[in-house]
Amino acid sequence: MTTHTLTAGLGLKPQHFDAALACTAPGLWFEVHPENYLMEGGPRLAWLQAIRAQHPVSLHGVSLSLAGPDAPDPLHLRQLAQLAARIEPVLVSEHLAWSRAGGHYLPDLLPVPRTRQTLARVAANISRTQDVLKRRIALENPSHYLRMDQHEWSEPDFLQELVRRTGCGLLVDVNNVHVSATNLGLDARQYLDQLPVADILEIHLAGHSADASLPGLLVDSHDAPIAAAVWELYQHLLARTGERPTLIERDGNVPAFDVLLAERNMANTLLQPAIAAREELPA
Amino acid sequence: MNAPEQRYYDAFLQALFEGQSDDPTVGALLAQPAFAVYRNTVFKGCVDALLANYPAVHRLVGSAWMESAALAFTQQHLPRQASLIAYGEGFADFLRTLEAAAELPYLPGVAALDRCWTESHLAADDPLLDVSALHAALAAGQDVSLVPHAASRWHHDAQHPVYTIWNANRRDDGPSELDPDWQGEGALLTRPQGDVQWQSLGLGGIHFLEACRDGCGIASAADQALAHEPGLDIAQLLGQLVLAGTFTSFH
Repeated sequence: MTTHTLTAGLGLKPQHFDAALACTAPGLWFEVHPENYLMEGGPRLAWLQAIRAQHPVSLHGVSLSLAGPDAPDPLHLRQLAQLAARIEPVLVSEHLAWSRAGGHYLPDLLPVPRTRQTLARVAANISRTQDVLKRRIALENPSHYLRMDQHEWSEPDFLQELVRRTGCGLLVDVNNVHVSATNLGLDARQYLDQLPVADILEIHLAGHSADASLPGLLVDSHDAPIAAAVWELYQHLLARTGERPTLIERDGNVPAFDVLLAERNMANTLLQPAIAAREELPA
Repeated sequence: MNAPEQRYYDAFLQALFEGQSDDPTVGALLAQPAFAVYRNTVFKGCVDALLANYPAVHRLVGSAWMESAALAFTQQHLPRQASLIAYGEGFADFLRTLEAAAELPYLPGVAALDRCWTESHLAADDPLLDVSALHAALAAGQDVSLVPHAASRWHHDAQHPVYTIWNANRRDDGPSELDPDWQGEGALLTRPQGDVQWQSLGLGGIHFLEACRDGCGIASAADQALAHEPGLDIAQLLGQLVLAGTFTSFH
């Protein structure tokens, strides 16, 4: 199954249900956090199934804790597999981060030193997830706020090695690259240039904000329009990747559906040269 | 996993919750001001989930009070499931222990009804009772046991008019002034056709449903209902419950 027929999509918000269901923009797709749909039944699940009947849907997990101390929670994995069987998602993704320890879940994407030991554990957890779901997942680069001297690998090299060991793909969050590069003083373009281009299955775009009390710190807040610098990085990445499914995330200060759709259409416009290039290739 | 690796996670958790660490790796992270981003995000995620799952309590007490109570709850009861859609089990009991809630003695009952709504909303899609089959069984003189639908919830408060208060505060456009009769009240929440619906339910009805849940036949459940509410019209009660979609089957 190729995933490259998707164009630009939107994170799905409950308040946009009617507009999302009715929207007929070509190539439009939606992404949800599966954690919000791990119930046994009821109207919310029916709602997602109704959307799925009209549009492709991607499941973007935030709590499998692939970089955590433990293997993925078997109950959580089973529920995720059940949801995937119901929804038949076009993509499934997770993060290079942790959020579970000692039986507790922490609703955040926490950092971990990129060491040889971490690599082995994350690779095992990705493989376990892919085995249960019986499909390839895409792994997303998180936003970083802290300098960590214990890293033995750069993040692009670490991600590439995980791809090599597990066969997973990558979800490149361009906003996270920008936020992390700003916070840690790294070169965002160099980071993007080091990623294995053929394994990039999806791209995320989102807005960020300046921390209220720490000057110079950017927070991956998803509560604002996409910044100009992130649009530029997106175009830089597209020049390498060509057309890739691109998803716009918005979780705070959520505007009307039409406003988000306009932002999505901008990403779609930037994707068009890549689509045209693909169509010009001989069959 | 070897000991130094496990220590990193343990130390990170300690740094998040206690703001201190003896571990040099995590200590170096905690020393950076940006560590606060993680602490803020973790607690905000839990608090926001509680605010979303207890909207009537939130409306009654206001944001500052609710956020303070939610943060105190979160510090004692971290999420144990990946999904926060059902986070907050036990919040009603927690409110009973909260000194600041002592002046609002009806608040735990309102929280219990918010919890009933969440559980009903998330429950499995059971079929609804085959009413004609039930009529046939009753007409044939069988004493059947009614099985509550997975999405049916009920709650009764012996002292406070919690249904009236909760019903008025479940919606943003509910009345701002209430003058209920100050006596105990109960409620039934069901999900007959998609969305959660609710109605008042007296003490007899509550005991009837408790008996059904425990597997009692209708005759025994009726006895228990009448013991708590003498003179209750059982046929009318049964009609009310069936119409609300309270049951999935009988045996």
